[in-house]
This record gives sequence, structure tokens and C-alpha cells, in this order.
Amino acid sequence: MSVTADVAVVGVGPAGLAAAVAAAEAGARVAVVDAGNQPGGQFWRHAPESVREADGHGHHGWSTYLDLRARFDAARGAGRITYLPGLQVWMAERTGLPGSAEFVLRTTAAVASSGAAPATVAADRLVLCPGGYDRQLPVPGWELPGVMAAGGIQAFIKANGVLPGKRFVIAGTGPFLLPVAAGIAEAGGKVLAVLESSSPSAWLPHLGAATGVPEKALEGAEYAAVFAKHRIPYRTRSIVTEVLGPDKAEGVRTAKVDADGRVRPGTEREYADVDVVGFGWGFTPQMELPVALGVETRLDADGSLVGVVDERQQSSVPGLYLAGEVTGVGGATLAVLEGLAAGAAAARPDSHVPVKQPAAIARHRRFARAMHHAHPVPAAWQDWLTPDTTVCRCEEVTAGEITEARDSLGARDIRSLKSFTRAGMGWCQGRVCGFAAGCLGAGPGEMPDAGSLASSAKRPLAAPVGIGELAALDN
Amino acid sequence: MSQSSDVLVIGAGVIGAATAYFAAQQGQSVTVLDKGLPASGTSSACEGNILVSDKELGPELELTRYSLGVWHNDLEEHKKLWEFESKGGIIVASRESSLASLNRVMAVQNSYGVDVEELDQAALREAEPHISPEALGGASYREDCQVQPMLVAAHLVRLATEAGARFIADTPVTGFLRSARDGGRVTGVRTPRGDFPAGAVVNCTGTWAGELAAMAGVEVPVLPRRGFVMVTEPLPPMVHHKVYAAEYIDNVGSSDAGLQASPVVEGTPAGSILIGSTRERVGFDRKVSTAALGLLARNATSLFPFLKDVKAIRHYHGFRPYCPDHLPVIGHDDRAPGLWHAAGHEGAGIGLSAGTGKLLAQALAGLTPDMDLSPFAPARFGEFGSVRHHRNSEHREEATA
Amino acid sequence: MTTQPVTISFDGRPLTAAAGQSVGAALASQGITAWRSTRKGGKPRGLFCGIGVCFDCLVTVDGEPNQRACLVEACEGMEVEGS
Repeated sequence: MSVTADVAVVGVGPAGLAAAVAAAEAGARVAVVDAGNQPGGQFWRHAPESVREADGHGHHGWSTYLDLRARFDAARGAGRITYLPGLQVWMAERTGLPGSAEFVLRTTAAVASSGAAPATVAADRLVLCPGGYDRQLPVPGWELPGVMAAGGIQAFIKANGVLPGKRFVIAGTGPFLLPVAAGIAEAGGKVLAVLESSSPSAWLPHLGAATGVPEKALEGAEYAAVFAKHRIPYRTRSIVTEVLGPDKAEGVRTAKVDADGRVRPGTEREYADVDVVGFGWGFTPQMELPVALGVETRLDADGSLVGVVDERQQSSVPGLYLAGEVTGVGGATLAVLEGLAAGAAAARPDSHVPVKQPAAIARHRRFARAMHHAHPVPAAWQDWLTPDTTVCRCEEVTAGEITEARDSLGARDIRSLKSFTRAGMGWCQGRVCGFAAGCLGAGPGEMPDAGSLASSAKRPLAAPVGIGELAALDN
Repeated sequence: MSQSSDVLVIGAGVIGAATAYFAAQQGQSVTVLDKGLPASGTSSACEGNILVSDKELGPELELTRYSLGVWHNDLEEHKKLWEFESKGGIIVASRESSLASLNRVMAVQNSYGVDVEELDQAALREAEPHISPEALGGASYREDCQVQPMLVAAHLVRLATEAGARFIADTPVTGFLRSARDGGRVTGVRTPRGDFPAGAVVNCTGTWAGELAAMAGVEVPVLPRRGFVMVTEPLPPMVHHKVYAAEYIDNVGSSDAGLQASPVVEGTPAGSILIGSTRERVGFDRKVSTAALGLLARNATSLFPFLKDVKAIRHYHGFRPYCPDHLPVIGHDDRAPGLWHAAGHEGAGIGLSAGTGKLLAQALAGLTPDMDLSPFAPARFGEFGSVRHHRNSEHREEATA
Repeated sequence: MTTQPVTISFDGRPLTAAAGQSVGAALASQGITAWRSTRKGGKPRGLFCGIGVCFDCLVTVDGEPNQRACLVEACEGMEVEGS
């Protein structure tokens, strides 16, 4: 199947939904490609609408979702949006041919049994809103069944309405740990502790920046109430040092840490009878499509590789717009604002219509920056590893193998580490371990630079694709 | 950082690494410079082949067989470091006409002592149970082997440094030091980190060799020929040898600028299957080609039908450094005394690296090399090289890439 | 709207799942946390990222190998196998 459009939008979470709506309402013919089966992305993930009507329970910004969704459905009804769910883009190309569409997207079914027919989408402008996923720092035992990404637990609850276990420990850093723990408790799970490596006092110096975003304070108050109601201990300057097995997660060892994340001797304790451990260390933006299309990138305040955009969300590639986490991890409210700006600009690339709500976008970016500074990746996290700690889950590459390749073979960036150790060569193509491997390659206390992260984000196949499908490519 | 060395190797790909290793073994003081990290060019974007089966008779086959000996003898103790695997190669013919050509090739190769054995349909199926039912027969080359090429380069650099060489990363060469007397002899290189004087400078820069040679005022017509390799999801062992189609040999020797692909399919210890390989003369264009991917996929499924239900999880491409006469450039450049070259091995660089490095190290030390290097002499391209115009246009493209 | 539970099989035994649940959720809510062994170390694996990124939760669904259990919706009669 072939679809042509003025504007193609990839991803239909907060940013993509807003971009699609804004572009369609500005008069563009829009094609929307998304791996999910219904709009919402990870943030507004909900049970299949064929089974149950979404009531917004456990969601934030649900009224925004309902508004955007109604406008999305209306534009679909009016034929201005072609919605292509259940498809993953495996390759995005710039044709560079005058007179033909500038961008071509090749897609494949996200789930083989879904029956979604692969489509080729050709569009003059492209808005990429692929979102992100939980960033991970390995610790001994994190590869055991029962250990999940914090966001994975949340997605599980939102999509399935049940819990993946009974007794939870949530650890990592950042304000996102709060809604995850609150969601578990509200769904009836027991949260034994939330372990935050940073300290709330770290927020104080940045509160000035945050004052322009009152809803964040409100959210915080809501979580505080849920935590109090369910008696969830919130332990700061604390980490999980080891997940205890042997065959699945059954407990965790924890410790207090100093400001750099160094374990303070004598503070170790153990939580027994745990069946799910959730980790989240901020987010990693999904950069393979922007990188494949050659956008200029930079290192954001949280150490993530992100795309550089102008005030209209246009990247360094003309006609290519970015919105949401790929321009800097900043949450759903910012993603919606960016999506609206990107969609409107992509619909009318030559007009100089001013960006809506530029002040709000700036305010939310300041707030995001303050959060990143308040919740850094602990400088000493590499000390938590033992040589046999798994770093690359797919290829089962250990920390010892990675530091050995660094020290004896001179592998400093993620690309060389991948060549020498296979870390990042497996099914997930380094999406999960890339950041951590890059830290190890850069050395103790260091984080990967933009070049190293870009070498990891270079994934010429943005999703696995059947060789039979490739064989059917017609040119 | 400007201490002098006997030998200065430019490029820490597999050719430079092998040259440095053997030169250090000879007791020479060696410095290796690379503009990036070891194995970050073509060595990291190939299949790691050590093939006898695809060689034409003549100097390249001789160099191949010599190199194979070096892999098996001189480097025997290090085999595990780079996942050396004697997996053997199988050439498959699916048409009567290609089977006939294959039989002719086998007869000649046999007469030159190549270990090749004819496989009838039943023997072929026993060796590769999942081969297409349309395969008529084949030839088995037990000498064909494989290595993990990035590990070869990185470990040879490490072993060279343990033998006294020094390796300096992130150091591009920006010019040559020339003697005022002595006919302008090359006496070292200039870099942003300072000058590196040396008794001999060896150009092991693969696809960039022509550009580097031009800095010294000589023409070495090394051109890039792009190739794609596709990698599947990890699977249980399904393909046991390096399996390719009889047409592959024709493409290796071709100078056709268009897109060519022959199925080359092989399993790896990690479970992924590698599907190669295309050959295109498109300069240093890094743009992904759906035409190439489609062709690879169609060819691979024609050889192994089960692959149509398998997923590709990544692909990569590299630029084979090739010369118009399909022979590498190895040896001293009489046109620029003091400058040596070891480049242009095209798709055979990994396999030929061990032999190239050892022979060059012998020559650098003033010894008579075990094998005559004159067929590979840089001076064969004449005073100005034979493809001057073409080469320049290719490299201009690279400079902007 | 279908709200009837569905029955799937996992490695041959029947399993009840709520309509609309993912295969991963159907397994995890029955206390099955691992359904795959790693290639190298033979280690057990199940859900991890929960959103289709990590490929740790791979299952065979109706004969189709390497499907992400966190993304596949459990449907009546579906045959799921670990690996």
C-alpha cells in the first residue's frame, strides 16, 4: 500500500497526536504512522478501545487527550488524516528528487499477527514524534525476570488494568518514579519503597525556574497524598545495589549514597519478598529516525542525544520537524506544545505564522532542565557494578568485558565497544544498554559524548523487518 | 611527541595493524597513527573473509595462499582472540550453465593445488540441509575461513604495542615531511599533534589511500566500491558454511559501475546470519539503497528459501578499496622514495592482511620478501597513475561526505 | 464490546486472559515471569521494558517466532510458546 500526504507524522503519543491535529487543522493532508493500535502513545496508553472505554483513570492530562483525540477523529472523518496504526517505520529516506515527495517512510507490522499491512508513505514534510523509553543503569541482578523498566510497569497497568506482580520496589531517579509508584498503589499493589538516588533538596536551587509551571507543583501534591495514603516510603539518596535471585527477582539489597552516588558503608539493608523491581534513570529519546535522516544533534542537560530544532520545531534538515522527547526529554505537556507548533509549521512551511505559546514552551523547557539538574545520573554509578554484571542484556556482555575492551583495545565509543564486545549488537540494537556501555567506554565518572551516542543511535534498520518483505521491495 | 621511528604506519585498519605487528616483530621501532580508533573504516564494515575460493589465478591467489599460511602458522596462537573459524566455503550452482562453469573453474584451481571438492546434489544437501531445492550442485573449499575483523585489527595493534610499537589515535595526517636533499625523500608526516619523522612511511589507509598518496604527489588509483551486508535475527544453526552463488566470482572481478549482488550467506557464532553482498561504484555515498536491500533479500531467499520468514535486524555498508586492475598496491613507491603503500585489497583485505603485513615488514627491514611483490608495485600505475581524472572526482565526493 | 475472557495456550496448557490483555500480561498475571532462555547463558527472561523496545519478552505466537509478548494482544485460541 502507498500513501501520499503533505505531512507525515511518526508516532501518535502526546507530541504526534498534537502535531497531526495541528497540521490537519491548518489544511494539510496528513498521514500518521504509529506502532500502537490506537492513539495515545506510552503516556496515554490505555486498554484496547474494542474491549473497554477509556475512562482516564490513572492518567494525567486526560482532558487534553480527549480534546486532541476528538479533533484527530474529526480530521480522520473529514479525510484529512490517514491513520496507519500497528506499523513501525523500518526506514526513513530523503529522496532529494525535485518534483517528488521529499520523505519516504517504509513500514512493517509491529505485531506479525495483527494483520496490519505494511505501507509506504511519501510526504513533502515529516514530523518525527517517536518519544522515548526508560534509561537504564545496570546493577547486579537487573537481568532477572521480575525486574522491569519503571515505565514498563506503568504501561503494563495502563494497558492491561492489572499488575505484573504484588510487591514492588521502584528505584532510580527523577520525578517519574512518583506516578509509577502511585499507579501501582492505586491498582492495589504494595510498594515497599521508592528509592531516589538524588535528594529533594537538590530541587531547591532550581525552584525559580519551576515557578512558571504551577501544574507540576499540583501533580507533586497529588503524589504526596497518594504516597501518604498508601504509606509508601520515599527514600532519597538511596539506591538498589543488587537484585537478589537466583532465578527471578525475590528481593533487593539497597544502600544510602552520597551526592555523587558512592555507597555509604554501613547503610546497606535488604528488602525480602519482592517480586517486581522497577528501574528508571530518566529517559532515552528514540533517535534512530532523526539520526538516519541526518539531523544536527546535541547533548541535552540529562546526557541524552537530542535533535536541534528552531522555534518552529524544524530540524537542521529542511522540512523535517521534531517534537517531544527527541528535542529534549520534557514530559507530555511540553510534548503537546511542541507537537502543535511542529504540526502547524509543517502544514504551512513558508508562512511566517508565529508559534503559538512560545512562552509556555520556554517555561516547560526551563522546568525540564531544572529537573535534569536535580536528578542526574550519579557520577559514581559505575562503582556499583561487579565485573560479571550483565550490561548488554541481548548479547549477555558483562561490565568486565566492556572495560577490558576499553583498557586493552582502546574502545572508547559505543561503536567500537559494539564491534569488540557485541554489546548492542543484539535484538534491541543497543537501545537498552547503549547509554551505560557508553559511560563505561568513556571511563569512571564519565558519560558518553554526543558522537558516541550518535554512533549508538545509528540503526540503519529502525525496526526488524522480514527478509521476505525486503525481497518484495519493488525498486 | 615527535620522536622518530623506523616505520610509521598510517591507518589502524587490519592492513596497518598487520604491518605494524610484523614490523615490530622484526625489531623495528614502529608508530601507528589513525585518524580515529582502530578498525573504524572498511575493516569494521565487512564480513571478515579469508577466501581462497573466489580468487583468480595469478598473483592474488598466490598472495592468498601465502597469507593463509601466515594466519595458520605465525598467528596460530592468537586465533581465539579474533574468533578464527575454519568454516569452509561452498559455491552453489543453480543453473546447468553455471554448474558447467563452476566445474571448469574447479579443474583449474585443482591443478594449482587449491583444496576444492565437487559436491553433487546429495552431498550439497548434506552439507547445507536448508539449501534451495533448485541448487544443482556445488564446490566445497575447506580452506576458506573467517575472522572477526575488528578484533583482528584491535588485537594486532595491541600486540604490536606490547612488542614496543606505539599507537596514537585521533591523529589525521595532514602532510608529509620531505627531505631537502635526497630527491625530496619522504621523511615523516605532519599531523595536528606535531611532526612524526620516520625512516619509512607506510600508507595503509584503505579507501583513502589515493588521497593520502596525492599529498605526496603520487597517484595511487584506489577507488571505493560500496557493499551492503544484512544481518538477521539470531537463529539456531541453519547455515553451516560460507555459501555463495557461482555468479559471485564473476562480480568480484567486474568493473561494472552498476549495482551487482550475488548471494553470499553464512551463519555466525552469535547466531545471526550475514547476507551479502552488493558491489556498487557510487563513490563514498552513504545513503541507504532500498534497491540494494531488495536485491540482497531476493538473492538470499533464492539460495536459502527459509530466509523469507526471517527478520533482518540491521545492515551495514562499507567501501571496498579497489584498484582498476583488481590487485592491491603493496610495496615501496619509487616515485616518492621513503613512502610505501599497502592498500587496495578490495573485498579481500582481511584475508590478505596477514600475508601483506608480513611481506611488507620483511621488505621494510631490507630483507627479501618470501614472495615477489613486484606484481603489486605502486609504480605499475605509471608516473601519474592511469585513472587520474576519475580518482579525483571520487575523492572530491568523499571530502564533502 | 467483548469483555468475555479469552483462553490461550502457553506451552500446551490453557490459560485464561482478560479480553484485550497482552500475552505478556496474561502470563505475568498468572505468576509466569519467565518464558525464554538466553542463547548464551541459558538464563530465564520475561518482560522488561514493557513497550516493545527491549525484545526480552519474545515468544512464539501461532508458530510465528520472536514476537514481543508485551505487544501481542491475547486472542481466543492463540497458541503461545516460550523459547
